[in-house]
Amino acid sequence: MTPPLTMALAGNPNAGKTTLFNHITGARQHVGNYPGITVDHKEGRLVHRSQPITLTDLPGTYSMTAYSAEELVARDYLVNERPRVVINIVDASNLERNLYLTCQLLELGAPLVIALNMMDVAKDRGIEIHADKLEELLQVPVVPIIARSGKGTEKLLDTALQVANQEHKWQSRHITYSDDIDEAIDEMVSLIEQENFLTDLYPPRYTAIKYLESDEQLLTKGGNNDPASSSLLTAIVDNISNHTLKTLEVYPESIIADHRYGYIRSIVRQGVMSQNHDSDRLYTSDKIDKVLTHRLMGPLFMFAIIFILYQFTFSWSELPVGWLENFFGWLAEVAEATLPDGLMKSMVISGVIDGVGGVLGFVPLIMFMFFGIAILEDSGYLARVAFMMDRIFRIFGLHGSSVMPFIVSGGIAGGCAVPGVMATRTLRSPKERMATLLTVPFMNCGAKLPVLALLTGAFFSEHQARYMFFFTMLAWVVAMLAAKLLRSTVLRGAPTPFIMELPPYRFPTLRGLLIHTWERTWQYIKKAGTVILAISILLWAMMTFPELPKEQSAVFSSERDTVIAAYGETVAAEVLNAEKDNLTGNAEQLAEELAEIDSREAEASLKNSVAGRIGTGLVGISWLAGFDWRTNIALVGGFAAKEVIVSTLGTAYSMGEVAVEESESLGKRLQSDPKWNKVSAVAALLFIMFYAPCFVTVVCIAKEASWGWAAFSVTFNTVFAFGLATLVYQIGTLLQLG
Amino acid sequence: MEIIPLRQMKKGQSGSIFQVKATGELGRRIREMGLIPGARVTIYGRAPLKDPVAIRVLNTTLTLRNNEAEYIQIEID
Repeated sequence: MTPPLTMALAGNPNAGKTTLFNHITGARQHVGNYPGITVDHKEGRLVHRSQPITLTDLPGTYSMTAYSAEELVARDYLVNERPRVVINIVDASNLERNLYLTCQLLELGAPLVIALNMMDVAKDRGIEIHADKLEELLQVPVVPIIARSGKGTEKLLDTALQVANQEHKWQSRHITYSDDIDEAIDEMVSLIEQENFLTDLYPPRYTAIKYLESDEQLLTKGGNNDPASSSLLTAIVDNISNHTLKTLEVYPESIIADHRYGYIRSIVRQGVMSQNHDSDRLYTSDKIDKVLTHRLMGPLFMFAIIFILYQFTFSWSELPVGWLENFFGWLAEVAEATLPDGLMKSMVISGVIDGVGGVLGFVPLIMFMFFGIAILEDSGYLARVAFMMDRIFRIFGLHGSSVMPFIVSGGIAGGCAVPGVMATRTLRSPKERMATLLTVPFMNCGAKLPVLALLTGAFFSEHQARYMFFFTMLAWVVAMLAAKLLRSTVLRGAPTPFIMELPPYRFPTLRGLLIHTWERTWQYIKKAGTVILAISILLWAMMTFPELPKEQSAVFSSERDTVIAAYGETVAAEVLNAEKDNLTGNAEQLAEELAEIDSREAEASLKNSVAGRIGTGLVGISWLAGFDWRTNIALVGGFAAKEVIVSTLGTAYSMGEVAVEESESLGKRLQSDPKWNKVSAVAALLFIMFYAPCFVTVVCIAKEASWGWAAFSVTFNTVFAFGLATLVYQIGTLLQLG
Repeated sequence: MEIIPLRQMKKGQSGSIFQVKATGELGRRIREMGLIPGARVTIYGRAPLKDPVAIRVLNTTLTLRNNEAEYIQIEID
């Protein structure tokens, strides 16, 4: 078979690029991230006229500066991979703005085919585009298409194949940028050609333009490559900059941009576009905006829509989550019944089955959330949310789009930080995104709620609802302040420009939504899943090993024997054989006494395990916040999942495994413990709310950002939470509030 | 003919861009969205908290923060 041709798809955000990509490649896609950054790298395969083609979907950008990761990715791909054709999708209803990127592709010298999309939308708006005229003036093949329905895509691929089969030299298109600039460019080009300066990578004219635009990436590359020529070029640029600043009060960069638009306008005005009726007419989209971004109604609708998304994600996914839980519960029962007692059994049940169950348990949540967010994103509503919320979030160095991840993570109590962290992908501003990513775990996720309920129930039972509300609000306040702190320290820097498009409202296509949802979910299972499983087994090992020394377990065994002997053989046989609930008199007592011994043994084993030793070892500092070794062990266990805190605390208090839903008895036990009082309860609550995220979240942070940031998150949150808990405990104790 | 910053324009008011004073990344982002001298701009609306502002330019709706709009000088109709 012939080797596949490489093609790339480029275009503005909202120009229908993804729709076209999905239409052309169908399900034969492969998503991966570029190493180190979270810009998606999508590749699809197809065969057209028996020619295999590999199509790369470049990130949607408005231009090709060196400011954002997306733009660098797009540019580097074109420069390094030199695809045989670049399909440039252009929104016909918004021709001028879209052709700006086209200009830059032409300057780079890429072999282009223009896919003129949304001819139908343009027509509705009374805009008529003459594709043949555009083709003639741009000297680039132009194919009208409607990506949503697939109309014109056959012809598009035919044309792309034709272009791919022609010899093509990567040569810059000549666009005039005013006499001064052109003169400087000519001077630079002759120098570049003479010195072969970066000519293996870029056409000479392109390098000259990028120097004039003081493009960081190119300046660095040039400086490393050939410092002498680079400084000569910079001297020419400085010279012309001084000149334009003096005469026109602008940098060459803006003159270039103006002339690119001038070039576009001159093409468009030569009969490419005709406007049939008034452009100020109100379109459906504008009418929707009148309501959805209205001063008073807008926020109301927004809260309603977000609330519905939240309900959809967390309530509707309960059913599939329940199925998964039942399935893994059943699997654990089967293992319990078939495997011989011992370590192997314990590892299979507590390590592997719980681990896989833990990984897959999040899948319905992630699917539902991404489906919901994809609807909001594809319909254009998410941009409106950012528009309305930006004023508030900006105060804390965040972005209007940050609201969604916070809500999903537990801004309405009961969310989950795993989909929350993944939802930060909708943010395109890197610093704001990172600050959001690192602070969403502060929100009260569903797994923290039983722990909060346990402690508030035990110590503040008369005002429990009020306290729960207070802690939800507190999570918001702390998350916002932490974001502000991060943005003024490790993530400091000017805000990323907010300027963005409010795209017209559109009906999302089901196909697009499903592909989007599936992509995200699969990435989670594949990339996070394996790590989560490994850590789950590790945590199991930490809470199991080393085992209780022989002598000690022998003590418990002999205690058991003594008790059994005291009740006699027949009673013991009844305990062994009859159902738990049907025991009579003595047998019931015996069973209780045996359970009590089991619980004490479990406590002893836990204390003896690595986790227990860590917990005991940490008492040296944790006493500052009022935590004893039992609390410490529970907190270590809470790293596996926050709700584990309840059951571990139960084991540590010799109460056996306490069911998360039925923790009143544990609450009573805490109340009667002299070490616990209102102050220590509040200190513990605060620590649990804000300390290290559960490891599933940590793995997701690592996958979305880096392992370095994940480690930072664990350390920063724990130190912060411990500081807060210590402060509250010490002051509270001093004032004798307990 | 009056020239004022985009920030001070009222809803529904139109004009054409006289000058963009921003440099660096912000300047480039503004220009690549088609906000260049001569472009026609109409104020589309403001967010519930008065900031950011939404504008119509080249058949699209854009939004930018007030402090970004400060850099764009408009010749009011």
